[in-house]
Amino acid sequence: MDGKDINWAGLAKNPKFVELHTKKKTFLVTLWCFGSVAFYLLPICAGYYPELMKMKILGRLNFGYFFCLLEFAVIWVIALYYAYRSNNFFDPLTRDVIDVIEKEAQK
Amino acid sequence: MRRFLTTLCIGASLCLTAGAATAGNATQVSPAAAVAATVPAVASRPAPAIAASAPALPAATPAREPAPAAKEVKTNKAITMSMFLAMILLTGAIVYRAAKSTKTTADYYTAGGGISGMQNGWAIAGDYLSAATFLGIAGITSIFGADGFMYTVGPFFSFVTILLVVAEPCRNAGKYTLGDILSLRTPSKLVRGAAAVSAVVVSTFYLIGQMVGAGKLMQLLLGIPYNSAIVGVGALLVVYVTFGGMKGTTWVQIVKAVLLMLCGVTMTVLLLVKFGFNLVAFYDAVAASAPVQDHVRSLLKHAAPQPGYDYGQRFLESGLLLKDPVDQVSLGLAFALGAAGLPHIMMRFFTVPDARSARKSVVISMVLIGSFMIMVTMIGFGAALYITPQQVMAVDRGGNMAAPMLSQFLGGGAGTILGDLFLAFVCAVAFSTIIAVVSGLILASSAAVAHDLYVNVLKDGKPNQREQMKVARVSAFVIGAVAIALGIACEKQNIAHLVVLAFAVVASSNFPVLLFALFWKRFNAGGIVTGLTVGGLFAIGVVMVSPNMTYPKKIAADARKVVLALEKKQADGALLAVRELKALNKARLDYAANKDGRSLVGLDAPLFPLKNPAILSVPVGFLSAILGTFLFGTRREEKMFDELYIRQNTGYGATGTIDH
Repeated sequence: MDGKDINWAGLAKNPKFVELHTKKKTFLVTLWCFGSVAFYLLPICAGYYPELMKMKILGRLNFGYFFCLLEFAVIWVIALYYAYRSNNFFDPLTRDVIDVIEKEAQK
Repeated sequence: MRRFLTTLCIGASLCLTAGAATAGNATQVSPAAAVAATVPAVASRPAPAIAASAPALPAATPAREPAPAAKEVKTNKAITMSMFLAMILLTGAIVYRAAKSTKTTADYYTAGGGISGMQNGWAIAGDYLSAATFLGIAGITSIFGADGFMYTVGPFFSFVTILLVVAEPCRNAGKYTLGDILSLRTPSKLVRGAAAVSAVVVSTFYLIGQMVGAGKLMQLLLGIPYNSAIVGVGALLVVYVTFGGMKGTTWVQIVKAVLLMLCGVTMTVLLLVKFGFNLVAFYDAVAASAPVQDHVRSLLKHAAPQPGYDYGQRFLESGLLLKDPVDQVSLGLAFALGAAGLPHIMMRFFTVPDARSARKSVVISMVLIGSFMIMVTMIGFGAALYITPQQVMAVDRGGNMAAPMLSQFLGGGAGTILGDLFLAFVCAVAFSTIIAVVSGLILASSAAVAHDLYVNVLKDGKPNQREQMKVARVSAFVIGAVAIALGIACEKQNIAHLVVLAFAVVASSNFPVLLFALFWKRFNAGGIVTGLTVGGLFAIGVVMVSPNMTYPKKIAADARKVVLALEKKQADGALLAVRELKALNKARLDYAANKDGRSLVGLDAPLFPLKNPAILSVPVGFLSAILGTFLFGTRREEKMFDELYIRQNTGYGATGTIDH
């Protein structure tokens, strides 16, 4: 288990692992950027577009209030989507890669 | 058994001190003493602004002298004390159970990796929802309206980074600390040492904020003198952490999170049921409240009501507190990247068996924390409506008592059994919140000191289990003692900048280093050490010259304005009211005391205009890590990347993943 006998450099070039980490990286970076854009829009709108934020939508509840609620919703959706995609796509792929590593370790 | 008795003894003595002090003091809590210590980043800011404008205001509108608001919360001492005792017994029992099964260092630091995803999710919520979140955000909302809601989005967003970047890789590659992950990239002892020092520094900033907050809060809630409160809370914590380890801490955090959620849900339901769960009607009532409108007018410094200005609606719009958008983006950056590198949060991911549970635990904690934050802001608006911002501020400038006061009102009001019971319950939960958060911090620092510094740097990882356990416990004990001493020393200090600092330092040192270590092949020991030191020190430096520090000349200038305004009024032949005379005297004294003063680093005015250094220090942190990699590192260490990269992506070899 200490991994001293494993040819890590060779494994790093294994097509299964390359597929796993490139796809995972793209997925994470995209999701994180999407989240960040959504997040920084809030202070930017609050600071530079106060008229928009003040617009009443429902009774006295204004655009700013719903924007904040939307931020919470967006963050939750990111979390759930990430969990869904990891469970159904990345976990099976990871298991394949671990099988490859274990074969390598037993050599 | 002996341990349990010790726990009980300390718990009981804490209560006795508390009881004696309460009897002596008759719950006299001076509002002046209650600085907004628990609300780190924001709430202490408004206090001076209001303090400065408050004396000036009556000068402009002499006709209006509002009835003085009560300066303390009326509590039922018997009920409050028994509630606190119950909380101490409950947490003590949990820790006692955990202590029995804590035998190895793995048990002590990570509960043997045997915490489930669901349990860890609740524990993360317990770790992250500090008294600042519960009491502080309710307070900010009750005083500044919509900005309280806006403020919650940052800390909540930080979980996106935790979930996407930190949780699973840490679980897959780490063992107890950040040092463990970094040492997979380089055998350098300097790296492990630097990681440990950085973890201790960051945790200490965070810890001082929490300890001072705890002391002020106990003072406010129970009327215990500040020093006894710090010693009592500190002693309790040391016993909890030393014996209970991660298992005890985790369960205290879970129980606290459950109680906190219970508090939040009950209060929100009791509040909204008054409006038939119609949010529009609720916010209508808030905006229509005359005290709220008056309060907004004084925040805006409108001496006389401006015709056609809807002050009530203004309370529902942002910008009463968070004014500078660049500062807000900077604060957002600190939250977004900082929380992900906090040692005590990172440590939580080592307690679960695999990446899947780490993922599950973050998602669960996000559901809990998000819904709690939405509820807390409603509680804040409820406090503005029913308690009034004026009354909230009369008891505590930072608004920390808004939520407890509202709970008393919702239970039936002061003097009713249900009201006092609910108040006592909410206060006891706030107390458990402090215990849960600070235990996590002490545990994380003791892991850095004992596991990284002692075992791996000084002793080459040779000590056996027994010795490692001993060192771990001794270091927790020492850190607890240091925390008590610092808490007492910092009572009068302006600690508002400390938590801002903790987040900013982490975002500009630990986070870039962790990110590069996990994802960048070329990264090496040179980059790690440069990134940790330059990023961290630069962030600290920027805070030292930022407006967070106290600038005596600025205080003197404000005092001078008050003196001039009141003297002009006197010269015009008007008689000053008693409070105006008091304000005049105080302003004269303030002016004399501060006119030749300088800030801690000898400045007359801040060099850096923003309160949050992240927007500058984060790029500096990343750049220094990159530069250090190229200047001081060797390419030989690149070879170690493949192993770490495969491990962090797959979880191969991580304890507990055998049964995939």
